Amino acid sequence: MSMQLRAGNAAKGRVSTKRSGDRPGFLVYGLLAAFVIGSALPLYWSFVIGSHTKGQANDFPPPFLPGGHFLENARRVLNTVDFWQAMLNSVIVSTACAVSVVFFSTLAGYAFAKLKFRGSNVLMAFVVMTMAVPTQLAMVPLFILMRDYGLLDTLVAVALPTMVTAFGVFFMRQFLVDAVPDELIEAARMDGCTMIRTFWTVAMPAARPAAAILFLFTFMMVWTDYMWPLVALQKTETLQIALDRLALTGQGQTTDYALVLCGAGMSTIPLLLLFIFAGRQLVSGIMQGAVKG
Amino acid sequence: MSTSSDRPAGDVATATDPAGGSPAPHGAGRRTSGSDDPDRRRLVRRQRRSRWDLKLSPYLYISPFFLLFALVGLYPLLYTAYLSFFDWNRAYYIRGDFIGLDNYKFVLTDPTFLKSLVNTFSIFLLSSVPQILLALAIAALLDRSLRAATFWRMSVLLPFVVAPTAAVLIFGSLFADQYGLINQFLASIGIDKIAWHVDRLWSHVAIASMVNWRWTGYNALILLAAMQAVPRELYESAALDGAGKIRQFVSVTLPLIRPTMIFVIVTSTIGGLQIFTEPRLFDDTVSREGGPDHQYMTSTLYIYARGIEDQFYGRASAAAWVLFLIIVSIAVLNFVITRYLTRRHTS
Repeated sequence: MSMQLRAGNAAKGRVSTKRSGDRPGFLVYGLLAAFVIGSALPLYWSFVIGSHTKGQANDFPPPFLPGGHFLENARRVLNTVDFWQAMLNSVIVSTACAVSVVFFSTLAGYAFAKLKFRGSNVLMAFVVMTMAVPTQLAMVPLFILMRDYGLLDTLVAVALPTMVTAFGVFFMRQFLVDAVPDELIEAARMDGCTMIRTFWTVAMPAARPAAAILFLFTFMMVWTDYMWPLVALQKTETLQIALDRLALTGQGQTTDYALVLCGAGMSTIPLLLLFIFAGRQLVSGIMQGAVKG
Repeated sequence: MSTSSDRPAGDVATATDPAGGSPAPHGAGRRTSGSDDPDRRRLVRRQRRSRWDLKLSPYLYISPFFLLFALVGLYPLLYTAYLSFFDWNRAYYIRGDFIGLDNYKFVLTDPTFLKSLVNTFSIFLLSSVPQILLALAIAALLDRSLRAATFWRMSVLLPFVVAPTAAVLIFGSLFADQYGLINQFLASIGIDKIAWHVDRLWSHVAIASMVNWRWTGYNALILLAAMQAVPRELYESAALDGAGKIRQFVSVTLPLIRPTMIFVIVTSTIGGLQIFTEPRLFDDTVSREGGPDHQYMTSTLYIYARGIEDQFYGRASAAAWVLFLIIVSIAVLNFVITRYLTRRHTS
């Protein structure tokens, strides 16, 4: 998929070079650069303040460069909250949800895209409709449900509501419609493949590029979620809940922003790494989803 | 599910194994030795199984989604509706009497809930309108044939990887009432400090700015994708007609990306009316209910505070349904307007 995208861009680039005078000037680059620097500043700010002492954090004019107290602040974060356990919990929950969403979405998306069955149109319309339903608002019954089954304060409770998503099914369906030729499915069936084996050998490999993107987005969505873990957990913490508690501890007569922003920066590092290595996939995922959606 | 589907898969694996020579008699002989016509019986059985496989498999594949959605989506929503008609005994954790619409009556006359509704809409408008306008501008810039296009596209997405929790803590330090960077700057140029955590409208501006920060680049990329699908010849002919860049944008780009615009508006409406993390964590009072006087308590925060914290399950459920109906009717309204606009556009 990303190859198609790049090919498309290359073709467009060729066309536009023929058009004289379309090469953007300094104004365009300048405006974009201003926006990008503006968006990066808050994140930069968290690392600047997070690497200064508590006293320096309220200085004005503020420090402009990172200071030398990051490790010291990081140690204070680790002493205040169980950061590593919280991060491990976030990794476990996000990975479990992403794997589950990718698998079940590919399965259902394949059925909706390629198999003929009674009611498929109505059921697909239902899936699309549920994308617009704010199910998070039903937090009270979900909380009661988890409590009744003794799941409160467990990672299972955090993961359960995001084991499938309507968006995932929709996304995989849109991708698989074009990605898997009908002839290939027929050929596999002719060779005596059962349905599940056809799915496994024909659809799964073809779905890989979209599956990678869906994995990334689901992982990020669960990782950054705050409301549901707040409802479902009591003593156990995900990264966002640990950050919440860190902020509470940092509050006082004057908030300890060196501590709080160091924690905010530390909690962002994993996704920042993900962004550096898979940012291209994130970009093409957003653009792909938009065009097809 | 895996056990029932594994069996036929393994069966076929032996039947189609190219190294197995003539697999059918081999496999059949092993299993049904001594019967009159093993080949025929096996064929019939396989055909019957294959027909069921063909018919049932699609339902089997979509069932995990529907089963789980029923459990964690549909059931809680319906149960919310059910709870909203009952009293709730907080002392004994049991459902009380059926009280009809009393919970709705309570919620709709609760000044805090009404305030939260106004806050929700105010924050939503302050976040979505500037956000979509700025995203449009950024997308238009990215749509030019830039050098290092991928670099620029990735760069505008950077804030998206910062979780709302971290974002609100960072912005909280910038918007701090006493020593926040923004207030210190305002003071240094002789402007009065702004009470970001006390003044209702300014607190909405602060919260909206965090939301905008995280989502503008994301929406710009969606709009960019739509802009790239606009045939370039249209711009050329518009340029030949003497249209400048801005004129081209207004009369060529905007009409052609309208479906995507509406998609962006609908999704940011559904998300924007459920803002929770920012107002909860922006609050530095102990109760954390959207400011000392609920200046920036959103309706989702109200549901959480009354439902999960105070355990007024019935009232919180009624509030959830009111908000739910508002969001869905706005989504439907959007849909109807879209249909109307596109029909007029095509005819």
